[in-house]
Amino acid sequence: MAEFKEATAGAGVGEKVTVWFENRFPTAFSEYKKHLSEYYAPKNFNVWYFFGSLALLVLVIQIVTGIFLVMHYKPDANLAFASVEYIMRDVPWGWLVRYMHSTGASAFFIVVYLHMWRGMIYGSYRKPRELVWIFGVLIFLCLMGEAFFGYLLPWGQMSYWGAQVIVNLFAAIPFIGPDLALLIRGDYVVGDATLNRFFAFHVIAIPLVLIGLVVAHLLALHDVGSNNPDGVEIKATKDASGKPLDGIPFHPYYTVHDIVGVAVFLFVFSAVVFFAPELGGYFLEYNNFIPADPLKTPAHIAPVWYFTPYYSMLRATTDVMVNVLAVLTALGALAALVGGGFSGKGKLAVAVAAVVAVALLKTFDAKFWGVVVMGGAVVILFFLPWLDRSPVKSIRYRPVWHKWLYGVFVVFFIVLGYLGIKPPSDAGTLISQIGTIFYFGFFLLMPWWSRIGEFKPVPARVTFAAH
Amino acid sequence: MKKIIALLLAGLASVTGAWAAGDGVAWDRFPTQKLTDAAALQHGAKLFSNYCLSCHSASYMRYNRLRDIGLTDEQIRDNLLFAGEKVGETMQVAMNPLEAKQWFGAAPPDLTVIARSRAAPGQGSGADYLYTFLRTYYRDETKATGWNNLAFPSVAMPHVLWQLQGQRRATYADEKDPHDATKTLHVFKGYEQVTPGSLSAREYDEAVGDLVAFLQWMGEPMQKDRVRLGVIVLIFLALFTVVAWRLNAAFWKDVK
Repeated sequence: MAEFKEATAGAGVGEKVTVWFENRFPTAFSEYKKHLSEYYAPKNFNVWYFFGSLALLVLVIQIVTGIFLVMHYKPDANLAFASVEYIMRDVPWGWLVRYMHSTGASAFFIVVYLHMWRGMIYGSYRKPRELVWIFGVLIFLCLMGEAFFGYLLPWGQMSYWGAQVIVNLFAAIPFIGPDLALLIRGDYVVGDATLNRFFAFHVIAIPLVLIGLVVAHLLALHDVGSNNPDGVEIKATKDASGKPLDGIPFHPYYTVHDIVGVAVFLFVFSAVVFFAPELGGYFLEYNNFIPADPLKTPAHIAPVWYFTPYYSMLRATTDVMVNVLAVLTALGALAALVGGGFSGKGKLAVAVAAVVAVALLKTFDAKFWGVVVMGGAVVILFFLPWLDRSPVKSIRYRPVWHKWLYGVFVVFFIVLGYLGIKPPSDAGTLISQIGTIFYFGFFLLMPWWSRIGEFKPVPARVTFAAH
Repeated sequence: MKKIIALLLAGLASVTGAWAAGDGVAWDRFPTQKLTDAAALQHGAKLFSNYCLSCHSASYMRYNRLRDIGLTDEQIRDNLLFAGEKVGETMQVAMNPLEAKQWFGAAPPDLTVIARSRAAPGQGSGADYLYTFLRTYYRDETKATGWNNLAFPSVAMPHVLWQLQGQRRATYADEKDPHDATKTLHVFKGYEQVTPGSLSAREYDEAVGDLVAFLQWMGEPMQKDRVRLGVIVLIFLALFTVVAWRLNAAFWKDVK
C-alpha cells in the first residue's frame, strides 16, 4: 500500500477527485502511464502502423454489434434465417448493426492481413518480439475460427454448405477423422445441433480466448517495445533520464495519430456499409440469401474471400501434387545430406525422416494432405521468428532481390485468394500448385536465402523527417 | 521470368473466361430508375399480390411496410389483402408446401429476398436476372407445364403472366460450332407470337419492370434510406478526417 497522497492546499475539485481515486486505485494510474502516457514508441512509424489500432477498433465494433445482434438472433435451424431477416427489416437500426457486423468480419481480415504483412517486412517478429508474433498468430487462428463459426449462423445456403465442406475436411484425418467430424457437427449432417454449438463458440468461447490473447499481445509488446520501419532498437539510445531518444509517448502523439487512421478507415468502412454492403458478393455472398437446404447442393461452393488463399492450397493438393511434394522432400533431404553439414547420426536421422515422410505421403489420401497443407500454411507462421536468419530486421536494409521475393510472395498470396473464389479449372489448379510450392518454399528455405546477398548498413538511429 | 508472367496471366485470363460464361442467355439490364418511381413500385406491388402471392410467400415482408412506397393502410387493405389478413402480418401463402412440391416438382421459393439471391458476378444483378427471366418464357410442349424459359431452362414454374404477354414460341436454328467444325449448335433465333396478350410487347416490358422493381425494393426495403444516410455519414467522416489530420499535425509539429 503506497503512501496516501494529499491534494495541495487550495486545489480545485478536479485535482481533489483525481487524488481521491489515485489513493484508492493506484493501479489505474500506474498502468495508464505504463501503457499510454509513458509508453515510448518509435517516432518513425509509417502508414503500416495504423493497422494494429484499427484491428482493435474492428474488434470493438464486432463485439458491440454482436451483442445487439444476439438480442434478436435465434440459434435454431427453423428460425435462424428468418430472425436475420427480422433484424434487417423489423428491428430499428437492425440493418445497420447487421451490415456493420458482416462488413466488420471482412474488414477484420483486411486489417489483420495488412498488420501481419507489416510485421513480415519490418521483421517485427525478430528477437525479442517472438512472443508478440506468436500471440498474434494465435489471434489470427482465433479469428479464422470466429469467422468460420459465425458464418454458419445466418443459415443460408453458403453458410450451410461451407460448414459442411469444412467439417468434412476433418473427416479426412486418418483414423480419428470421421469421429472428429461427428463430434464437431453433433450430428451426421450439419443441423440444428451444429448451429447451436457454433453459436456458443462464436459468441462466448472464442471471443473470450480472443480478448485474452489480445491483452497478452499488447502486454508482451509493451514489455519489449515496438519495432519500427528501420528495425532499430530505440531502447539502445537513451537520454540522461532513461527515455529513448527516438521514442515519444504513445499518448498523446500516437493517439492523435491513430485517430487519423481511424477516420480514414471509418470512411472506407462506411462507404461499404452504406453503399455496397454485399460488396459484389464478396462480403455477403448472394447464395446466402437462400435459406439453407440440406437437399440442394449449390453448384459452386466457395468460402468467403479471406479463406480463399488457403482454400486454393487445399484444392491444389491433388495426387500429382502429392507426388511432386514427395520428390521435393527427397530432393530436400539429398541437399541436406550433401550440403547441410550434418554429422553421421544427423545424416541418418535426415535420411530416415525423409523416407518416412515420403512413405506417409504415398500412404494417405491426397485429400488428407490437402488439409495438412492448408493447416500447415498457417502453422508455419509460428516458426517465422526462427526461420528468418537475415542480419537485418527491416526490408529497407535488405538486398533488392529480397524485396522482389517479398513482392512475388504477396502477389502469389493474392492470386491464390483470387483462384479460391473461382470454380476449379486446369489452369487455375496449376497456378495454385505453383503458388502453394512458392508459399512453402518462401518459408521453409528462409533459413538459407534470408542470409544471402548484400545487406545495407543499419543506422544507429531511426530515419525521421519532422512533419 | 517474362515467360512465367505471361503464362500466369494467360492462365488467369482463361480462369476468368470460364467464370463469365454461365447458364442460359445473357441477362438484360433492369431499368434501375424504376426503383425511385413510387408509381412503378406500387404497380409492381399490385402485380405481385395478384400474380405471385398465390403460390409464393414473402414471409419476412409485412404488408404495412408498403407504407414505405407510399400506400396507406386503407389502400393496402382494400387492394392487396384478399383472405382477411391483417396489415401487420407478413405475406404468407395458403398453399401447403408438400402439395406444391407434388404439383410443380419443387415448392415455390419465398420471394422476400429473391432479388438479392439471384445476382451473379459477371452476369448482372438479381433484378437483371428476374427482369430477363420473366420476359423469356415460351411455349414448349415437351415440358410438363407446357412452358420453358431461356434464362432458366426447364423451369418448374409455368408462365403465370401469359395472359399479359400472350403465347410465344421460340425458333431455333442449327449452326456449325465456330470452335469445332464437327459439332452443330442449337442456336436461339427469336420468338414467334402465337396468340396476342392483353399488353403490347412494350407495355409488358414496362409491367415486368415494375414488378421487378417491387421485388428488388422488397429484398431490402430500407435501401434508399441506407444510401441517403450514407451520404451524411461520409460527409461527416470527411470533415472529421480533416479535423483529425490538423489535430495530429498540431501535436506533431514539435517532434523533431
